[in-house]
Amino acid sequence: MSGGWGLDGGAGASAEAQTVFSVQNLHVSIGRSPIVEGVSFSLEREQTLGIVGESGSGKSMTVLAATGLLDAPGARVSGSALVHDDRLGSQQLVGASRRALRRVHGDAIGFVFQDPSTSLNPLLTLERQITESLEAHRGMTRRTARTRALELLSAVGIPDPEMRLDVYPHQLSGGQRQRVMIAIALACDPALLIADEPTTALDVTTQAQIIDLVRDLQAQRGTAVVWISHDLGVIGQVADEVIVLQQGQVVEQRGIVDLVDRPQHPYTRELLAARPKLGGSPPPPVDAAGEVLLDVQDLDVRFAVSTPTGRGHVHAVQQVSFQVRRGTTLGVVGESGSGKSTIANALTGLVPAGGSAVLGGQSLLGRVPRALRRRLAMVFQDPFSSLDPRVRAGDAIGEPLRVHRLHAGRHRERVRELLDLVHLPSAFATRFPHELSGGQRQRVSIARALALEPDLLILDEATASLDASIQAQVLDLLRDLQQELELTYMFIAHDLAIVQQMSHDVLVMQKGRAVEYRPAAELFGAPAEAYTRALMAAIPPDRPRAALEA
Amino acid sequence: MSTTEDRPTAEGRVGEARLGSLRLLAASPVTVAAAVVLVVVVIVALTAQWIAPYGINDVDVSRALQGPSGAHPLGTDDLGRDILSRVMVAAGTSLQVALVSVVFAFCVGVPIGIVSGYVGGWLDTVLMRIVDVMFAFPVLLLALAIVAILQPGLATTMLAIGIVFTPIFARVARASTLSVRVEPYVQVAQTMGTPWYRIMGRHVLPNITGPLIVQTSLSLAFAILSEAALSFLGLGIQPPDPSWGGMLFAAQGFVSQAWWMSVFPGLAIFVTVLACNLLGDGLRDVLDPKQRTRIEARQR
Repeated sequence: MSGGWGLDGGAGASAEAQTVFSVQNLHVSIGRSPIVEGVSFSLEREQTLGIVGESGSGKSMTVLAATGLLDAPGARVSGSALVHDDRLGSQQLVGASRRALRRVHGDAIGFVFQDPSTSLNPLLTLERQITESLEAHRGMTRRTARTRALELLSAVGIPDPEMRLDVYPHQLSGGQRQRVMIAIALACDPALLIADEPTTALDVTTQAQIIDLVRDLQAQRGTAVVWISHDLGVIGQVADEVIVLQQGQVVEQRGIVDLVDRPQHPYTRELLAARPKLGGSPPPPVDAAGEVLLDVQDLDVRFAVSTPTGRGHVHAVQQVSFQVRRGTTLGVVGESGSGKSTIANALTGLVPAGGSAVLGGQSLLGRVPRALRRRLAMVFQDPFSSLDPRVRAGDAIGEPLRVHRLHAGRHRERVRELLDLVHLPSAFATRFPHELSGGQRQRVSIARALALEPDLLILDEATASLDASIQAQVLDLLRDLQQELELTYMFIAHDLAIVQQMSHDVLVMQKGRAVEYRPAAELFGAPAEAYTRALMAAIPPDRPRAALEA
Repeated sequence: MSTTEDRPTAEGRVGEARLGSLRLLAASPVTVAAAVVLVVVVIVALTAQWIAPYGINDVDVSRALQGPSGAHPLGTDDLGRDILSRVMVAAGTSLQVALVSVVFAFCVGVPIGIVSGYVGGWLDTVLMRIVDVMFAFPVLLLALAIVAILQPGLATTMLAIGIVFTPIFARVARASTLSVRVEPYVQVAQTMGTPWYRIMGRHVLPNITGPLIVQTSLSLAFAILSEAALSFLGLGIQPPDPSWGGMLFAAQGFVSQAWWMSVFPGLAIFVTVLACNLLGDGLRDVLDPKQRTRIEARQR
């Protein structure tokens, strides 16, 4: 890192014109607790800095503070963050007035945030959203701004840009919305682009497209990029330099290839090891002729939707058939909207479905006796919302016992056993969900599901919202429990790498149809369908792109 | 929240033992003050007929419209009756009307709202249309109808106000239920085969208490005022029995000559309603686990 970068900016401007963003000794604290402690970096034209760390490590805080966007009550920021733009000159962002910040934001600095569905205004057409900064910063007329918006939309690869200018955000897919966000961020040709988890909410294939798009645009325009992600795989695809943050402290700051090949800090090694990778060890094999526990034939789910043009229906799951043998795991993969969660909801009775689904001789569809519900438990994706905020962990785990009158008279001991099973101390029984971390909550959810003593456990993206290292721990726990209790899993995920680690058989879903259904070893060894191959190709490779290019 | 799995969260250093709700309520000085005020008001209301310095109907026209003095600390009204005594006795009537009508509205409205929001479909449509019809009636018109059937008096007033407030509680409960119903923790309960009444009681109701408590405190205030309006039209509490709202209305014609006639009953309403609201806020905080952790952390 170039350490001795002067704060005067103007004097050495010609020599240092290449440095776009320079942050020195940035500290952020809220109240008395330090959030970010001493982050320094400088970034040149066309360079990408990756900031990686797990949730709560201060990645977003660092960038928000450095760009003057931090708006938390009681937050204090110190240090220096200097942005340099050829037209606007240098501007100190720490402690700058709102007026000075307004001049820079959207002009010298563009932003892309995580969730494209909420960062666009649903009431404005794309044209209005893209031209907003052009009219504000460049004083363009509506007509010239429209021409520019058209260029931008075609630059970010939106088909039929002419037509799309007048559409509203809800008419676009998630990936297209993120492209529009990028178009807005790049509207004024900023020297610096801040991308905060821009691909986290997207499917893997879309993620790969967005990464390529940003890299292309960066090469054309020479934009410097700060890319924040929890995913070292993604960072490996985009970054030249990487900062690894742990609890607000920089534990490692080096070139990406160096970092991946020779990690110095144990935390970096932990992050690298926790990355889900294809080719990991599959689950231990089981008897291929085992008893069929769940037999699903021609499962079919339609949702009625009423639109302004009349009633229609969405065919969410189309004639899907599969079987799950006792003691095995069926992995279900697919991108969002492929119908994989709908299968789970149909099996658990949350949505009505056609076809047949038989669990141990009893049909799961239609009205079923309550006792049958017990044989099928489900763990949901979001550990934050799948626990009732007003129910203590112990009561949440004990609820199925009460509902199904299991272990009458010894609920407390059973709850303690279950907590022990998921490796949580028994004192956690009195905690409320918000007093637990994400991983701990997901353990409580698993314990609650196990309280039913189910035949089949459906894990619907159960580890998707956890940090990589915690995801690895929870996956280990699930594998151990499967061995110990001879559990049967239906493991629904969008991440092929973890599906490969967990599953004996794999069902690949696309747009409500099963495109491939085979034993995991065969499928990952030689994927037959183009879609499966596309999914596998979209997984960020193990080696960083910089290493492959060199 | 945390990077390593077993690091306790910032606010999560909570031991085995947890503090009881009452002790947590007592932790906030504002809540305690509000509770003390309400207890005093209730005691006064219960004992007024013995401790009031004068009778409520001791008319003495020669001493009409006198300002606060040693003999009459809060002054006298246009008939020379002691305002302090009347305010004290009126506390009983006003509190009774407010409490009974709001409890009635809560107990009828909230179950309608929760069932309507949770079950949905045609039941929701039917229940909500009934509620809409109830909404469409002005308070006074509905009260008139009820009085036409029953006799004007305390019970009729309470019933009329209770019925008028019912749709408000139903609406608030339904709106909150709609958002809670789609929460994953409710779906989890459904997948476990939890019966619907248990889901409503254990997961839906506790999670909609926030807005309901706010609505309850607001309604208590409006109930006292609605009673005043009804009494003014001769449909509520029958004179010469005093109520705070009735006294306020009676004072209307004397605002410029005798400020004390309106100020003191008004103050009584103000203090009681404020205490209710503050107690409601304290209660909401204690019932909310997140606030609770914070209060507990402060206690240690």
